[in-house]
Amino acid sequence: MSAQSERALRDAVTVYVPRDAAALSMGADAVAREIAGEADRRGLSVKIVRNGSRGLLWLETLVEVALPEGRVAYGPVTKGDVVGLFDAGFLEGKDHALAHGLTEEIPYLKGQERLTFQNCGIIDPLSVADYQSHGGFVGLERALSMAPADICAEVTDSGLRGRGGAGFPTGIKWKTVLDAQGPLKFICCNADEGDSGTFADRMIMEGDPFRLIEGMTIAALAVEATEGYVYIRSEYPHAVATMREAVRLAEAEGWLGKGIHGSKRDFHLEIRMGAGAYICGEETSMLESLEGRRGQVRAKPPLPALEGFFGKPTVVNNVLSLCSVPVVLSKGAAYYRDFGVGRSRGTQPFQLAGNIRHGGIVEKAFGITLHDLLYDFGGGTASGRPVRAVQSGGPLGAYLPASLFDTPKDYEAFAAREAMVGHGGIVVFDDTVDMAAQARFAMEFCAAESCGKCTPCRVGSQRGVEVIDRIRAGIEPAANLALLEDLCTVLADGSLCAMGGLTPMPVRSALKHFPEDFGPSAITTEAAE
Amino acid sequence: MADRAPWSEDRARSILSEFQDIRGALLPMLHGLQEEFGCIDDPAIPLLADALNLSQAEVHGVVSFYEDFRKTRPGRHVLKVCRAEACQSMGAEALLAHAKSHLSVDRGETTADGAFTLETVFCLGNCALSPAVLIDEDLFGRVSPDRLDALLADYREGVPA
Repeated sequence: MSAQSERALRDAVTVYVPRDAAALSMGADAVAREIAGEADRRGLSVKIVRNGSRGLLWLETLVEVALPEGRVAYGPVTKGDVVGLFDAGFLEGKDHALAHGLTEEIPYLKGQERLTFQNCGIIDPLSVADYQSHGGFVGLERALSMAPADICAEVTDSGLRGRGGAGFPTGIKWKTVLDAQGPLKFICCNADEGDSGTFADRMIMEGDPFRLIEGMTIAALAVEATEGYVYIRSEYPHAVATMREAVRLAEAEGWLGKGIHGSKRDFHLEIRMGAGAYICGEETSMLESLEGRRGQVRAKPPLPALEGFFGKPTVVNNVLSLCSVPVVLSKGAAYYRDFGVGRSRGTQPFQLAGNIRHGGIVEKAFGITLHDLLYDFGGGTASGRPVRAVQSGGPLGAYLPASLFDTPKDYEAFAAREAMVGHGGIVVFDDTVDMAAQARFAMEFCAAESCGKCTPCRVGSQRGVEVIDRIRAGIEPAANLALLEDLCTVLADGSLCAMGGLTPMPVRSALKHFPEDFGPSAITTEAAE
Repeated sequence: MADRAPWSEDRARSILSEFQDIRGALLPMLHGLQEEFGCIDDPAIPLLADALNLSQAEVHGVVSFYEDFRKTRPGRHVLKVCRAEACQSMGAEALLAHAKSHLSVDRGETTADGAFTLETVFCLGNCALSPAVLIDEDLFGRVSPDRLDALLADYREGVPA
């Protein structure tokens, strides 16, 4: 036996292989099995930790080896690469065609400002001890010593706004619930992350679930709620399983349930699963679904803050909003507020998706431009062709052309360009995209996913599909373009919720920025405006 | 995916009783039934209505609202092809067309040998590794038509990757 392998046997080398669903989708389980098997065959002692993903998704499966100088990255690793990695000496951080050096020094990661995702991919997601050794539960311990109104004030002062897309100030929502009277209040976390191009909620639930539990518990203390629910979409089976296990572990260690961390406060948390309805990402529809009904939108008012889950005062927050709270409490409002621009404070985990070379999570302070996200981080398209359009903010967000890529990521700057930051998703299309087809899809999607409660959304979207079909077929294009514009106005102004209200955004932006895809009449019409 | 049990009223009642005391129990009950039986059988409707003091129409309304709940048993494996925008940008529509012709089924149908039910889905949250598919509860990314064929062959033989 060589001196090397003797040393390895004495001190097991820690190897990280992500358990994140994106990594699993590229074969991470097989890689982990192969590393364990090959280490066995070579008589080497290896401890495999199944971490979350670092968010450099084009490098999945990203394998990391823990060395005294830091963690060294190899990726994208497939099962077939494992023997070669052992031969090259990857357990000692030696060079290999897939080696990237120290993970923290990879420019994509080094250039980020990770607050919400600070632990994701670093810790073992299902180890309370690991979470605590990385600053976990410090915010909650501080909150336990504070008056509820002071917690709300701290969150308001941080400038944190709802990361689900609407951008409503989180602290003000909490204060409304705190001021609402009643013995029973709820915290409902919206984890129905249905927007295409978004996966940050999923990644943090799979990679740092205790952060969400901590954020929800702080919210419960702030508004004097005693029960909480996380509504996770059924398309995310891995996130559901990880969150359920994390709740069990947090209860076992006294961080949830009766008498949180030795205090007199109780907070019970349950994980619930959606059933394949996009509309349940709308907060009142989600509450209906949680109550066991069809996910049909409620008219507002009353606000859920006053009459929410089963008519009781309820905080409904997105996963990322709640996951931003622990750092606000542990480091203070000013620390968080110092990131960002204008009225968009703090950081947003942007998600680079679709036809992008380096897709993944880029957490940056608000103010970064689309251009920097697309090229400095994203490296352009995966296909190598020019970027023609990006859709920002999910299926109800605008399609933007290259001439608007200098727009800073900021709620108000995007709104001024008839676009939205939304949940931070950015879907990239190359120059082969047919924008009239994308506009048609926006209407088709709305028709498929409308809850059916209000007419503009239920019927208008179906008529929208038909009108766009006629335009594309060259049937009375000028008249049909006018009709489409009229229909968009009805949808935008007459719908009960954002589903119908925002569907015109991708349609109108496609028409405005890419009229050539709708035929000659569209070009003339747009030019005349 | 586990074999789906034939309908059993006793088994159904015992599943419902697990969720009897929680708030808003209908969705958890429906998920529980579908996990056991592969679908929501008609005789389940009056049981649910009785357990939750709802009308059968209300229960049926919920079952039919949600895409997930089926009225008939699917094939041994369920293949869901994502056709949301991120996957579209990487060829999801072509992948879906390939899946249809390879399996000789349309959306919502089951192959003649009962091996696969083909469904579509709007977003699996794997948007940086598009196009994506879900087979049962296993997620796959960067799925080319060739890779899909290989995956389906593995599942057909019962040896998932």
